[in-house]
Amino acid sequence: MDILQQISDQIDLGDDEKVHELTTTAIEQKIPVKKILDEGLLQGMNIVGQKFKEHKLFLPEVLMAAKAMNAGMELIKPLLLSDSIPMKAKVVIGTVRGDLHDIGKNLVGVMLKGAGFEIIDLGNDVTPEKFVETAKTEGAEFIGMSALLTTTMPVMKEVVDQIRKENLEEKIQTLIGGAAVSRSYAEEIGATAYCYDGSNAVEYLNSIV
Amino acid sequence: MGIRPVTHFLEDNLIEKIISEARDLLCNLGITLHNKGVLEVLSGYGAAVDQDKYHVRFTNDIIDKALGSTPSSFKLFDVLGQETHDFSGNNSHFTPGSAAINILDNQTNEIRKPTTADFINYSKLMSGLTNIASTSTAFIPADVTEKISDSFRLYLSLLYCEKPVVTGAFTIEGFETIKDLQLAVRGTKEELAAKPLTILSCCPTSPLKFSDVTSQNVVDCARFGIPVEFISMPLSGFMAPVTLVGSIIQHTAETISGIIISQLTNPGTPILYGGSPAIFDMRYETTPMGAVETMMIDCAYNEIGKFLGFPTQAYISLSDAKRLDAQAGLESSMGATLAVLSGINNISGPGMLDFESCQSLQKLVVDNEICGMTMRIAQGIEPKEDFPSIPLFQELLKEKHLLISKHTRKYIREEHYFPGKVINRANLSRWKEEGSLSLTEQANQEIERLLNDYQPSRLPEDIKTELTRRMEVEARLNGMDKLPE
Repeated sequence: MDILQQISDQIDLGDDEKVHELTTTAIEQKIPVKKILDEGLLQGMNIVGQKFKEHKLFLPEVLMAAKAMNAGMELIKPLLLSDSIPMKAKVVIGTVRGDLHDIGKNLVGVMLKGAGFEIIDLGNDVTPEKFVETAKTEGAEFIGMSALLTTTMPVMKEVVDQIRKENLEEKIQTLIGGAAVSRSYAEEIGATAYCYDGSNAVEYLNSIV
Repeated sequence: MGIRPVTHFLEDNLIEKIISEARDLLCNLGITLHNKGVLEVLSGYGAAVDQDKYHVRFTNDIIDKALGSTPSSFKLFDVLGQETHDFSGNNSHFTPGSAAINILDNQTNEIRKPTTADFINYSKLMSGLTNIASTSTAFIPADVTEKISDSFRLYLSLLYCEKPVVTGAFTIEGFETIKDLQLAVRGTKEELAAKPLTILSCCPTSPLKFSDVTSQNVVDCARFGIPVEFISMPLSGFMAPVTLVGSIIQHTAETISGIIISQLTNPGTPILYGGSPAIFDMRYETTPMGAVETMMIDCAYNEIGKFLGFPTQAYISLSDAKRLDAQAGLESSMGATLAVLSGINNISGPGMLDFESCQSLQKLVVDNEICGMTMRIAQGIEPKEDFPSIPLFQELLKEKHLLISKHTRKYIREEHYFPGKVINRANLSRWKEEGSLSLTEQANQEIERLLNDYQPSRLPEDIKTELTRRMEVEARLNGMDKLPE
């Protein structure tokens, strides 16, 4: 069987050791890294994502698949960088100031990481300034904010306003989520998008990156 | 193993009193029995028979003899001969409510007469509903002559679904075809008796009466070792005492009468101690299957059956609603939960609305989830690598979550029951973005998916051809040139 197909299959099975081994072989066989990434690692995650959507796989299996994909990513990352092949986007995430509820945010982080995005997790109780500063210094294209409490929702608007004020709208998109917010709230404050759960966030980012 | 949760309504001394009272009824008042042949047999065993009045009074010896030869368990096998049911202990299996005269059309939402095409769709759907272990001849296609409508339902069931079938004959003659179809699947009478494929419902008439057809059906089933479920239907306050205990006494007497006919014909014939009692609603003149008292009578007579040592059945997880609505859900799930917690072995009802007269594919899809949830309850709570717990909590504190823990991955699918899409567990936003589907819309999508995924029965083609040949012969004899499709 085609080695890239095997990588994809082993991601589906969540076997990180096999993916590590197969990716090493693929690199030795001089298969272009972009091809290993697209047709092996990401292809596997796409299949897993689809199965998750159809309830054929559950979260634990998706996360195991993500772990397996990362085992391959670690190997090809330096090669992608040296070939100047762009990685998937960087996303700064955090629960907004005054809010300590981070379960949903953590889940979004784990799932985005699994889908190949680079995650900078600022934890909870994050100030608007910290979000924007980190995104700027890290060169992140996305800020993902979470809020469970209606009282902390307005902090999201502060971040959006700050980005607008600094004319960074072209460079940094704002994504919001959490039980307190909705698509209409995202529109109201001018956030780029609203995602209702981890897989929805992956779906959204994959659709635009 | 964890404990299998079981609920009780009767104390042992009350059970003994009820059985003793039922025996007195049978020995003193007796029953009406409209079948000369059976009366003759009973007379031979020493019963006091009045052939002219079709009346019989039993003796305690006859009762003891019959109860003594009744099997405490039996198994069912699908059309391929694989075991699907073990009616023993507190094992619970679900089967759709049977013999409705109407169907709720899932496209128009109208209640109408069912057709052959409906029955084929139903049988295909049943193939995919994993929590309902057997199929049943759930409704009566109105596009075939009444004379063959009983066997025709079984024919379609055997052709399109591999599951065993809960069915029944409407006439004495109807049994012949029903038996022949089963012989076509199993090959020989011995093989059919060794691997039962169907259960025939045989219904006494309340109060304390057996019709000619029911009596003969019981005898004929016994001759072929075909399992029977007795469906006694006392109506509390109308055709039975208004009290629950009074109704249960009557149910006990009627059911033991059926067991006597069966066991004296062929000792050891498998039976289910079943029923479909109901209270009588004095306001609407109806027999609510969703009434809590109806369910309590069911659970209680199940305890009598188990006390006597027999596997049981009840019409209990169904509703009197006319649509797939909240009433349908609450009555069906309350019944299913009580039934499983009581350890009723064959639970009849899924899909059924409107006092057992309307089947619904939409409701079957939802009830399949109710069945799945209640079966999970039956599995109880059992420790699984939970002791000592410190290592797992150390892992939780270190990793901050247990989503990919080995313990989680090993037990997730057996510890948690994951219902299908008709049970909505999406958050509000996701539900909205996925179309804000109502329960009926979601159920219709699920019906469509299951019908698309349907795989034809693996019953060998030559047997399918033989089934069709036998059914066509029967149809021609009854004035139908061809079978509807």
